[in-house]
Amino acid sequence: MNRKRKQRLIIVLGVLAAVGLSTALITFALRENINLFFTPSEIAEGKAPIERRIRVGGLVVPGSVKRGDDLQVTFDLTDNAEQITVRYAGILPDLFREGQGIIANGKLISGTLVEADEVLAKHDENYVPPEVQEALEKAGHPKKVPQ
Amino acid sequence: MAFETFADFMAMGKHGPYVWSAYGITLLVVVANILAPIIRRKGLVEEIKRKAKREQAES
Amino acid sequence: MFEYLKRLYHKFGSPRYFYDLTGKMLPWLVALSVLLLIPGLIYGLGFAPPEKYQGNSYRVIYIHVPAASIAMAGYVMMAVAGVIVLVWRMKMAEMVAKSVAPIGASFAFICLVTGSIWGKPTWGTWWVWDARLTSMLILLFLYLGVMALNAAIENAQSAARATAVLSIVGAVNLPIIKYSVEWWNTLHQPASIRMTSSAIDPEMLYTLLTCIAGFYCLFGALVILSTRCEILSREQRSSWVKKLVGVS
Repeated sequence: MNRKRKQRLIIVLGVLAAVGLSTALITFALRENINLFFTPSEIAEGKAPIERRIRVGGLVVPGSVKRGDDLQVTFDLTDNAEQITVRYAGILPDLFREGQGIIANGKLISGTLVEADEVLAKHDENYVPPEVQEALEKAGHPKKVPQ
Repeated sequence: MAFETFADFMAMGKHGPYVWSAYGITLLVVVANILAPIIRRKGLVEEIKRKAKREQAES
Repeated sequence: MFEYLKRLYHKFGSPRYFYDLTGKMLPWLVALSVLLLIPGLIYGLGFAPPEKYQGNSYRVIYIHVPAASIAMAGYVMMAVAGVIVLVWRMKMAEMVAKSVAPIGASFAFICLVTGSIWGKPTWGTWWVWDARLTSMLILLFLYLGVMALNAAIENAQSAARATAVLSIVGAVNLPIIKYSVEWWNTLHQPASIRMTSSAIDPEMLYTLLTCIAGFYCLFGALVILSTRCEILSREQRSSWVKKLVGVS
């Protein structure tokens, strides 16, 4: 490689390294702020503002889902430490089920009640056909706990 | 076969509109990407021919 | 070995050689993409089992994942071509970089739209500003930026150098897309296809891999088609192009 090309290559790599480093620093600084949601424990500690739009994330407590009229539904969310109740009217996503990881968007009404206008279900990376999952559960393998 | 009848296949459970619109949009974008260079090539060949003719007429 | 690579590099740097070679490759790529894509997609749509929790909506995966992979691979290709443009001033790399941009943008668009359509029934929303979705949207904007820059600068060589800088700088977005699902709390799930023990049922996995291979062949064919047009356009004064078109 002649000198001029070498010089240009070094400049290109230098620029790329500088941009990469600054981006890494920015993303590191924003690490905590990108799409953060409150956990039920944080709400119990009073960290979430009341009467403002917040996001709550947690697992749907098995047996807590109660359906009312007009798509009204209430269910409890847990992070295995604290619990809060979510009230929601609307169509639930396909992946909503007991034990599933959920993010609810809405307002905190009181210390333990969230009025949600959007419920999002988080999928895990597993894709299984129906028969396989049933066979696995029958064989005594416990259902994977979704995050 | 994952479906019993053709109607089942089109319905995709209750997800027909989602699945078919996703595949339809993809097909449109891919076809546009195939046609674009074919049309461009036609235009280019004509342009090169026209230019050559003009040069011949001038010289 | 090095001498051989150097010779190959110089050969590929010649538009005429590139044009001839890709002309021979094109029918094979087209045949291969048809042979992989049509059975792959038909199997994915009608024969692969439904997913336990998502039902049939998961069938979007057979276009969503290949499109995402190609959108990123296309950007890598454009950035590498950009380095070659800036350092070695290779004309052929300028043409490849320019041709990849709209095709990569198309696949990024397909990825975002199909993901959005898939997200509505499964997650419960068309769009969420999480790190994976946002970084993928930035990739589409980077592609559009490269296209706009190419269109705005009249001189082909200056345009190529300007877009090379933009595409190289934008390449930092690629690791962010890839690792966003691990670094942050995203709604998007982590990768299902892994080198060791994929988290996806084998029947679905092999269908998906067939579709990925097919879409890559299609992408290769599209890039070749478009680059050959670019060669005709930029080399139209050369005698071999005139001969090819049949005017001399």
